[in-house]
Amino acid sequence: MKINDVILRTISRIVVFIILTFGVYLFLSGHNTPGGGFIGGLVLASAIVLLYLSTDIETVQKSLPLDFKYVAAVGVLLATATGFGSILFGVPFMSQTFAYFDLPIFGVTELTTVTIFEAGVALTVVGVLVTIILSISEDGG
Amino acid sequence: MNNLIVLPLIIPIMVGIILVFLRPYVKLQRAISLITMIGIAVVSIFTLNRIQTDGIIRLDFAGWQPPFGILFVADSFAMLLVLTASIVTAICLIHAFSSIGERHEKMYFYPFVLFLVAGVNGSFLTGDLFNLFVCFEVMLLASYVLITLGGTKPQLRESIKYVVINILASWFFLVALAYLYGTVGTLNMAHISERVAEAGQGPLLTTISILFLIVFSLKAGLLLFFWLPGSYSVPPTAVAALFGALLTKVGIYALFRTFTLIFYHDPLISQTLIGIMAGITLIVGCIGAIAFKDVRLIVSYNVVIAVGFILIGLAVGTETSIAGSIYYIIHDMIAKAMLFLLAGTMIYLTGKSKIDEMSGLIRNYPLFGWMFFLVTCSLAGIPPLSGFVGKILVGQGAIESGSYVLLTLAFLSSIVVLYSLLRIFLNTIFGETIISLEDEKPMKMGMIIPIVLLGIATISLGLGAEFLSGYVADAAHTLSNPSVYIDAVMGGDK
Repeated sequence: MKINDVILRTISRIVVFIILTFGVYLFLSGHNTPGGGFIGGLVLASAIVLLYLSTDIETVQKSLPLDFKYVAAVGVLLATATGFGSILFGVPFMSQTFAYFDLPIFGVTELTTVTIFEAGVALTVVGVLVTIILSISEDGG
Repeated sequence: MNNLIVLPLIIPIMVGIILVFLRPYVKLQRAISLITMIGIAVVSIFTLNRIQTDGIIRLDFAGWQPPFGILFVADSFAMLLVLTASIVTAICLIHAFSSIGERHEKMYFYPFVLFLVAGVNGSFLTGDLFNLFVCFEVMLLASYVLITLGGTKPQLRESIKYVVINILASWFFLVALAYLYGTVGTLNMAHISERVAEAGQGPLLTTISILFLIVFSLKAGLLLFFWLPGSYSVPPTAVAALFGALLTKVGIYALFRTFTLIFYHDPLISQTLIGIMAGITLIVGCIGAIAFKDVRLIVSYNVVIAVGFILIGLAVGTETSIAGSIYYIIHDMIAKAMLFLLAGTMIYLTGKSKIDEMSGLIRNYPLFGWMFFLVTCSLAGIPPLSGFVGKILVGQGAIESGSYVLLTLAFLSSIVVLYSLLRIFLNTIFGETIISLEDEKPMKMGMIIPIVLLGIATISLGLGAEFLSGYVADAAHTLSNPSVYIDAVMGGDK
């Protein structure tokens, strides 16, 4: 059935970018201020789900050819690997570190290992959430 | 700082995730998962020996000192269970190689077994009550998948009950945690224990302790076991063996930890209540074990009886009886895995599950038959097999403290265990064979080898009880003297 969803499509084309930007912002601000990998991941996933809703699964698959089960797996691997990495450096499990670097465009920037951990969390959330939504929609026939 | 003790949690998770990417390579998955479990067993033996020389080992995650951070605490009790769990899982995996089928293996069977092990090990090792909840959930989520994997009708029917009851129990757990945090303001187990001791265990804390008792009883199958026989009898053999050996033990561990470390001030309520619940569990479990004719149900009710027996050790609460319970938990993990593997293999060989439909298996598979006899003797507590030491110590503890009712129930239950298993033995393994030589399914080596390995384990655990006694005595000492545990956690860095 083809429904007339011009309004939804037009708006979501703009809104998806706003949501994605907001998701990245939440993710980056995570470890010091409210936000973080989990919420950032949720917001990012909501943008992807909105894409699925406004177009259809095939179109999104074509432009975003990812198996979200593996996205989740990569996320968990990344998050646990940062924890495990601290074992290799001989400090307690899950220890995090940070330092300030003078980067060309950004100026003096704080880079932390916790961001890698948060990236793992975000990927896991996106992967799991999209997988759940997709498998529910598949079962509906 | 001892990163060693986080390995039993983090290695299975990471390897499990890597196995997700190796989905098509079944043989590689088998090899890696088996090597992982053996590796964890080696790490636990090493850690266990270090605990004997250095005392309890603690790991503060990211260096946050207790009570502020979360932490892992490895004492002898926890490490003994981690060690046994790894060995039993490794052996169950060997059985799964030849029994589970490629369809399961390609649907992420091995990753989920590893996640299950990670949850179990995490629950044993954590020193933080909220972390215990998280590890419980990791374990339960993996078990939800393992119980439904395959998707047969009885599996789905039982898994709905299993999932619903466990979600309810987890919700209760969360509520109990919130009450406890609201009352004492901390989640670190040693710190909770200190604060409960300072404040005195008043009516409020006793109520919270009963809430925890209900939660862990649901998980352990103590009195509230109505979900257990059904859900343990439907999954494939190797999974059922893992469930029977590991899952209830985590609930039992949590009961032991909370009621010896935190809520030990009011023995009248907690211990009497646990005693009554254990007694009823034994009686009802015994009735169930005798009443049914389905091998899988008889075996599942035997799990229930063991839970009752182990918790009598806690209800009696002397150092001797707790040592007995620890022996018995280790024994029961091995013997129950063996029993479930035997029952599942029996059903595989005959294609039937009722005991009066099978007969004379010993003529076709003599080794199999004698292994069943061995596990029967072991579970009944006949020396020199592994059940004996635990039973004798629990009995001794019960006599010391004068709990004669529990003592009687405990030993009567041993007779019922013997009877219920001998009934299977006489009906199915003795007698005239119903399988003609042409119809005889060949016994796969991969099925009999793990059973024999577990048989060797139960014999050597019985004969080597003396060797183990040092570790068990240390574990029982820590459990009956909460100050040892508290000092190790709250006493600052050594």
